[in-house]
Amino acid sequence: MTTTVQPGTGTPADEPQKVRQSKPGSGAGSATWPVRVGLLILCIAWVVPALGMLVNSFRPRDDQFSSGWWTAFFNPFNSSWTLQNYSQALTSPAAGIPMGQAFLNSFIVALPATVIPILIAAFAAYAFTFMKWRGRDLMFIVIVGLLVVPSQVAFVPLVKLYGSLGLNGTFLAVWLAHIGFGMPLAIYILRTYMSGLPTAIIESAKIDGASHFTTFWRLIMPMSTPALASFAIFQFLWVWNDLLVALIFLGRGDNTVATVALQGLQGQTGAGRELIPAAGFITIIVPILVFLALQRYFIRGMTSGAVKG
Amino acid sequence: MAIKLVNAVTAIVGGIGGAVIIFWILNKLAESLKGRWEDRVKPWMFAGPAILAIAVYLIYPAIVTIEYSFANEDSTAYVGVKNYTDLVTDKTFLSVITNNLLWIIIVPALTVVLGLGVAVLTDRLRPRGEKLTKTFIFLPMAISMVGAATIWRTIYDYQPEGAPQTGLLNAVLGFFNRAPVFWYGTSTLHLNSLMLMIILIWTQVGFSMVLLSSAVKSVPEDTVEAGRIDGAGERRIFFNIIVPQIWPTVITVFITVLIGVMKVFDVVYVTTNGAYNTDVIGRRFYDELYTQGNNGYAAAIVVILLIAIIPVLIYQVRHFRQEEAAR
Repeated sequence: MTTTVQPGTGTPADEPQKVRQSKPGSGAGSATWPVRVGLLILCIAWVVPALGMLVNSFRPRDDQFSSGWWTAFFNPFNSSWTLQNYSQALTSPAAGIPMGQAFLNSFIVALPATVIPILIAAFAAYAFTFMKWRGRDLMFIVIVGLLVVPSQVAFVPLVKLYGSLGLNGTFLAVWLAHIGFGMPLAIYILRTYMSGLPTAIIESAKIDGASHFTTFWRLIMPMSTPALASFAIFQFLWVWNDLLVALIFLGRGDNTVATVALQGLQGQTGAGRELIPAAGFITIIVPILVFLALQRYFIRGMTSGAVKG
Repeated sequence: MAIKLVNAVTAIVGGIGGAVIIFWILNKLAESLKGRWEDRVKPWMFAGPAILAIAVYLIYPAIVTIEYSFANEDSTAYVGVKNYTDLVTDKTFLSVITNNLLWIIIVPALTVVLGLGVAVLTDRLRPRGEKLTKTFIFLPMAISMVGAATIWRTIYDYQPEGAPQTGLLNAVLGFFNRAPVFWYGTSTLHLNSLMLMIILIWTQVGFSMVLLSSAVKSVPEDTVEAGRIDGAGERRIFFNIIVPQIWPTVITVFITVLIGVMKVFDVVYVTTNGAYNTDVIGRRFYDELYTQGNNGYAAAIVVILLIAIIPVLIYQVRHFRQEEAAR
């Protein structure tokens, strides 16, 4: 195209042609049948594994081991169903401790490990965005670099340090670890968001004599809610789903979290094996609900360009 | 149980309240300072706690880890580079590296390709169909790797020949009168590692899809239109017009998945625990640190991992600087 077409100068014949050309390739509702079928198959393939576990979690022990879950799924009226796996998984210590207890422990670990870093990171992000200080840019570069550094770098010394402080196996040990490991991402997400806020408002607050502390609480925090929410969801899912940190710093005791308990149950060969699907469902239901309810914030956080190591 | 709940609530309230009080006191202190000193000190009071957390939990341990990698198994005496030479000459560790390389080559690429495919194809559905499809693909992202491994038992389960198969794959093989395969134990052509990779890909494609989908949607319609007018086919439009414009996002997704794969641990630990030649760096590290109690080896493995991550780190920092400059 060498000629630039100005709006309104196109001949009437151009118009229908343009519409027809833009339709077949792209645009909502333009999918051909092979595409629809392909996507349907993909969806089914994506859901089938989880469906299998869900079905099995309601089947009695003997059924689970004598036939595949699909036999019950396709003959729901000729199969026996039970809730016993759930009641047993929640109360019996087959996984070391009852899943009910482990489930509660997961909350005890995940909630403070989500809320406290947000507060610390929000203050820091404010300083990185709205204050000028020596070393600020270098410090932030370090934080950006740390985004990709795996938390494994910290484990060897921390296990030793925690051992000498008697912290291994305590909730405090995991909270602190998650606060530290989640901090670079938290600061990064919040600072990216805050630097997009209109500076005029902050300037006028300064002219009105508001201190940084007031500006932070009254203006910046309320305005940053979307970013705070996306990080909160990230961190909550990350902590809830974490296995390694919980395994190393909490181990298998009264404070065991759901993921570790479920992993312990997987190793069972005899009694308790029928509880695995139910225990699995108990472990994944919270993140799934959080995710479905707050998908919007989660996606917004992801598309903000954050990379986490 | 009730006591535990109370403890949890106490911890949350105490933690937040404590942090607020600390910041408030710090701020009052800073305000009592006059003029220039206030401006100099205050940023450090706001950013201080975060910097302290990062220093204590990432920077300081990283340095100590490097130190420990030159020390013996309980970190009491230096042994020079012995840990490294031991690891490099250890056949099992070399197979760990090989496996990790396979993960690195296969998983990020497949995740990007599948995610891009779904993103482009769902874009052509009506909004409701698009949203529903995306939710299905996206949902596994919320699930832990332990949960995912539990879920995939229903697909990969193996029972000896003759017994009724409880895993879907072996049931299908049985339907065609084939002998069941012990998937996790078959290391021919790294089949078992591939099976584990599929679990990880299952959880990651949603992430890739969401990022790439928003990138595809933001490709200006007139660039695509211009290609059409010039007579380009769908394929050329995709590869020559759309892909170049979403390339930065492709890289972001690739690197995010790559970092995750380099330190992959959970899925291997839960399924095979590294047996049958499926071991990876992350699991071997845990094994040395926790089961073998060899701090020297564990630290050396982390240092090797760190060195491998340096190119990604450099890319990350450069990318960030470019973005800042573009602001």
